[in-house]
Amino acid sequence: MTAQVAVDACPRVSRRFRLQWEEAQNAWVLLYPEGMVKLNQSAGEILRRCDGERMVSTIVADLEQAFGASGLADDVANFLAMARTQQWIEI
Amino acid sequence: MSAPNVVPQGSPQPGPPLWLLAELTYRCPLHCAFCYNPVDFTSSGPELSTDDWLRVLREARAAGSVQCGFSGGEPMMRDDLEILVAEAHRLGFYTNLLTSGVGLTPQRAAALKAAGLDHIQLSFQDSTRESNDFLSHTRTFDLKQRVAAMIKENGWPMVMNCVIHRLNIDYIDRIIEMAVELGAEYLELANNQYYSWAMVNRDQLLPTRAQLERAERITNEYREKLGDRIRIFFVVPDYHETRPKKCMNGWGNVFLTVTPDGTALPCHTAKMLPGLAFPNVRDMGVREIWYESEGFNRYRGDSWMKEPCRTCPEKEKDLGGCRCQAYMLAGDPAAADPVCDKSPHHGVVLEALARAESGDDVAAGRAAPLVFRDPAESRRLTALRR
Repeated sequence: MTAQVAVDACPRVSRRFRLQWEEAQNAWVLLYPEGMVKLNQSAGEILRRCDGERMVSTIVADLEQAFGASGLADDVANFLAMARTQQWIEI
Repeated sequence: MSAPNVVPQGSPQPGPPLWLLAELTYRCPLHCAFCYNPVDFTSSGPELSTDDWLRVLREARAAGSVQCGFSGGEPMMRDDLEILVAEAHRLGFYTNLLTSGVGLTPQRAAALKAAGLDHIQLSFQDSTRESNDFLSHTRTFDLKQRVAAMIKENGWPMVMNCVIHRLNIDYIDRIIEMAVELGAEYLELANNQYYSWAMVNRDQLLPTRAQLERAERITNEYREKLGDRIRIFFVVPDYHETRPKKCMNGWGNVFLTVTPDGTALPCHTAKMLPGLAFPNVRDMGVREIWYESEGFNRYRGDSWMKEPCRTCPEKEKDLGGCRCQAYMLAGDPAAADPVCDKSPHHGVVLEALARAESGDDVAAGRAAPLVFRDPAESRRLTALRR
């Protein structure tokens, strides 16, 4: 049911949330009024690159280079679609 | 890649105190009959100083706290609120102010914005003794409107909180409409929980089942109608359930309250529990309080449980419910929360519910006037309990 985010879109973390590295949890977290979402490593690595300037395709290339992996496009697309549904990101 | 995790659940090794609730003061211009502050708040020690609070913020952040709520009483009563918010912000906390809006002037709002305040939760409540139906009270409404406008002007997300009880539950549609009109992003319809002042007034505040069902139906209709415009939370009224709530998401699991006099508690009301010494931040560091103190360790995990909890297949789901409720209703903080229909004391809850259903106001205890929270009543009730 979730719409895919276009590869040339430049997502940014929504103003409703604050993305922050938490040393005590060894994780990236999304903070919002009276709440927190603890992100797993891959979710954190994607979201920290959602700066409103990088295109989705750039983010994928970036991740593939950083983690010596390939074929991440589908995973990133699926995650971003979910993140948009959750209003974690804005396009 | 898998979906992200949500907030961590209870585990044998406690995680950090993610949530720090700083109850800055018990002073409050309001007199709410459902206030969760202790009934004997007037016998509390002197308030922590600015320097004490700054140290608590630093220690809590170092121990892994990340959400910080400034609450009370009315936190605006503290002149150093802006200093504390600024330090919390500098330390990397997400800062929440939980206020009635009384005392929030445009000047203070601007100072709080400059200090880095992230969010304001504005509560609706009856600010007068004269009127139970606060919705008809225009002064309250004007105040909320002014404060809501200030919140919007400063670009803060706005959560509105309204404690729901027998005397206002039938106006739930008007409450929701008011929240929408004021531009709230979130609305918490917090069905009253019966602790402290609300426990004193329980007979007058506990709604009937029909009232609750109607309120929930109307809430759902509004959710459908309003969609993404506003997120509405309907806090489950535990007396009307057959299983208890997982109180505070587990004792000493994520939540740390520091009261105005520096007592550190695993929940707002735990100080009522007998035979438990809770540490004071004046004497002990936050990390030691969280991991080492007897008060925080007593009801962690499940080794303290008695029957029927000990062998219950659902014990991990609710951790036996609320320790304070078990103490208040069953006389034993290690008992099953009597909200659970497996508790041998469940009859106490059923009796309260039966009174709520009764049409006889006198027999059901509703003819008695509400006891409003104020220092004089606090001293009177404290003396009665001695």
